[in-house]
Amino acid sequence: MTAQEMPMPTLAPRTRRPPNWLEAWLGHDVYRTVKGLVTNPMSVAGMILLGLFIFIAAAAPMLAPPLPNADPYNIPRDGYGDVPKSPGTEWKSRQPPLPFWWKAVTGKDQWVHLMGTASGQWDIYYGVIWGTRTALFAGLTITLCGVLIGVTIGTLSAFYGGWVDMVFMRITDLFMAFPFLLTAMTLSAVLTPRLGKGLLAPMIALIVFSWTGFARLLRSDILSLREREYVLAARVIGVKDTRIMFRHILPNAIFPTLVLASMRIGSYAITFAGLSFMGIGAEVGFADWGQLLSFARDWMTQLREYWYIVMYPGVTLVLFVLSWNLVGDALRDVLDPRMQGSR
Amino acid sequence: MAGTQHLLEVRNLTTRFHTEDGVVHAVNDVSYTLDEGDTLGVVGESGCGKSVHALSIMRLIQIPPGEIAGGEVIFRGQDLLKLSDDEMRKVRGAEIAMIFQDPMTSLNPVKTVGFQIMEALILHKGMDKASARERTVELLTLVGIPEAAQRVDDYPHQFSGGMRQRAMIAMGLSCDPSILIADEPTTALDVTIQAQIVELVKRLQHKFGMAVIWITHDLGVIAGMARRVNVMYAGRIIESGPVKEIYANPHHPYTVGLLGSLPGRSGRTSSRLFSIPGEPPDLVGLPPGCAFAPRCHYQTPRCLKETPPLEEVGPGHIAACWEKDKVRRV
Repeated sequence: MTAQEMPMPTLAPRTRRPPNWLEAWLGHDVYRTVKGLVTNPMSVAGMILLGLFIFIAAAAPMLAPPLPNADPYNIPRDGYGDVPKSPGTEWKSRQPPLPFWWKAVTGKDQWVHLMGTASGQWDIYYGVIWGTRTALFAGLTITLCGVLIGVTIGTLSAFYGGWVDMVFMRITDLFMAFPFLLTAMTLSAVLTPRLGKGLLAPMIALIVFSWTGFARLLRSDILSLREREYVLAARVIGVKDTRIMFRHILPNAIFPTLVLASMRIGSYAITFAGLSFMGIGAEVGFADWGQLLSFARDWMTQLREYWYIVMYPGVTLVLFVLSWNLVGDALRDVLDPRMQGSR
Repeated sequence: MAGTQHLLEVRNLTTRFHTEDGVVHAVNDVSYTLDEGDTLGVVGESGCGKSVHALSIMRLIQIPPGEIAGGEVIFRGQDLLKLSDDEMRKVRGAEIAMIFQDPMTSLNPVKTVGFQIMEALILHKGMDKASARERTVELLTLVGIPEAAQRVDDYPHQFSGGMRQRAMIAMGLSCDPSILIADEPTTALDVTIQAQIVELVKRLQHKFGMAVIWITHDLGVIAGMARRVNVMYAGRIIESGPVKEIYANPHHPYTVGLLGSLPGRSGRTSSRLFSIPGEPPDLVGLPPGCAFAPRCHYQTPRCLKETPPLEEVGPGHIAACWEKDKVRRV
């Protein structure tokens, strides 16, 4: 059964660029996606920023060592005074241990408030560093749970259709009918007395209202892909419906949902910070950017003097959201088949 | 019985779709037989029920809105329409395979070509991955894909249209089916590739001895390929017989019209191409009588009232027309 036996003309062998070791290892599509991500300047900027945040989160104990025998997520405070202190002011009371690099860099033995203190003498620098962990944790967990719920409901809805679809989609409508922030706030406020003050209540509140977009998007993608001829072709060779759903349709339909998810991580982190800012989130003194910003509330009129109480946590929050959006945008461009010709 | 049994016998197959506009009578009372290794052509214009009848045989009509309202599809002595879903799944691919019109959309873009062919082998033949892969490379070589051992890991977008159709054929043949239903497999390809695909299927049919149902609107392809041909109009078979007989001696005005609208080879390039006047009927609420009557040159009052039955007009040649004796090839 060789090509020579054939009476008909065969297609001429095409010369192809041999795949390099990375492409061979990752497979063509993953390789193309990764290559697209690392060659797009926007996504590189996003990934550098994101890498920085992940580094800060991982190295938090070294960048801002916590007080011994204290919860590291509680921001240490230098006294109880109302008036914020400017960056560079020396620690006076209950000073946390010096980070090992401080002396090497500055040659001083005295730990200072690198970014100043907020009203109530909370150390802003410490809050920004440890708040990175909170932001990453909250953003990723909320999005992951939202995607899981959304994917489950979207898949079930599209797979079974009929009344199952009807019921699920009307429930989704119900959840979408209220403004996201308002309902999340209300639910968080309702849950807080039951679950205690902390991260749990606001996170659950956000998860409960976060899945709707994912469910809708995935359902619609599955519904359109289900009518494709390759699905019929798979049915023709006798593949089971469940296998068609999971092996043929879902891998095609999931990409837009993943892109949406990557862009939502940043926005959930900012919403979470918003809840904290309004005091329905983490308890007072918890290392969280929204919390830090809320300390600045009473000093908003004097920002010319006390700019640092808003600037540092605010800019950090903006950069965090930006990094996810850049990565998400790039991911969307790379995965969009219509863009494939251009790169 | 065993000696005279047909491989496939379709009896009075009727398929309807319940839509908002009413009931679409897509396939009406279609009957024919197919023997081992035989080639049957099914011709007709768009929307005449060619594809739906094939999907009905495979039981791949979406229900609802579709409904196989009646009839039998006897394959090797058992009625496919009475099988359970699981039993039917074992028939699909393993016994009856199907290839489609548009090779650009009939392969899954995120799976390798090899994966999609191997899937059938693993499913029906119980092969392990290694041997399924080996067989897949063999099949791809057989359908004329060069360097099949490397290309088995390619994604569909790395294949040209002709190669994808070859890959689809390899997929169809993977489990050595006894019937291959080809639903306009050459329509989306350019003419030189069309000829290659037709040759390929012919050669593979010779090699594997499978029966082929070739659905097309291209009478030229049928002429070179099929032994018998069914001409369909408005969901019915209106004429059926050996290819040569039909071409030489058509008895239904629609068949005459179809043959007449082929571009001539006689050098009359300046003359206008003949076309059948009017439009195909709406399959919702078909009027009584012959469905072709409103467009027919030979129309009589009877044609508008009574549906003509299929009657023998020659050896193995049947046609459904009240005026069949008057009909002449133009």
